[in-house]
Amino acid sequence: MGSLTNKDYDKLIKKASPNSTLFKDMLMSFITGGIICSIGQIILHFIKGMGFSTEYSSGATSIIMIFLGSFLTSLTIYDKIANYGKSGTLVPITGFANSVVSAAMEFKSEGYIMGVGAKMFTIAGPVLVFGTISSVICGIIYYFFYFI
Amino acid sequence: MLYDIFKAFWVGGGLCVIAQILIDKTKLTPARIMVTYVVAGAFLTLFGIYEPVVKYAGAGATVPIIGFGYSLCKGVIKGINQKGIMGILTGGISATAGGISAAILFGYIASLVSKPRIK
Repeated sequence: MGSLTNKDYDKLIKKASPNSTLFKDMLMSFITGGIICSIGQIILHFIKGMGFSTEYSSGATSIIMIFLGSFLTSLTIYDKIANYGKSGTLVPITGFANSVVSAAMEFKSEGYIMGVGAKMFTIAGPVLVFGTISSVICGIIYYFFYFI
Repeated sequence: MLYDIFKAFWVGGGLCVIAQILIDKTKLTPARIMVTYVVAGAFLTLFGIYEPVVKYAGAGATVPIIGFGYSLCKGVIKGINQKGIMGILTGGISATAGGISAAILFGYIASLVSKPRIK
């Protein structure tokens, strides 16, 4: 058992670990994200079944998913799922809700106005800012190239 | 219905895998990933690329945050068709107001009922 064996072993670990971690992360996020979207699809199916339009139904589905994400976050269950689910819990709209709710809960100690009110948007704020700006740019492009 | 769920599963899961590869390979932070997805969603919708994905995958395409960009762009187009130039500013947020208000409301309620967490 010389030092050479240990070095070789370290090399082997370095070679093997990044890829296997990536593969495991990818698999976990695929399964988690897939399950969350499937739940969304089931909800969408039920709302559509009540006779609402596709647009209305998918809006309502988003709101229900945001509620579920918030609810699980407030029980600290969502963060536990996120440990395994990786970006599978980040990319769905429940991850957006999670970022708002967990920030609101975390900064409660700094007060309701500057703590909860301001820090709630630590992660969601950039999403809203750049989302809104890109929607306006899309609007300008649409107005001049398609509408007129 | 089972086939619809299958389609939602693999498209939604696939979008998450792309994000995971970006996080692991490029050191992009989660917030940047979310911003990238929303902006990409808006422009893919404008150029008519994302609409077929939504038609195919349903919630698999609208539940991921990229669907937020999709709603923003759809809203702007609808706003312009209804109100003309004013729709450029009002359309996007109008279409997504429900989700944003819900997130704010639930976040506030959660902060009221929860004990402050010690990090």
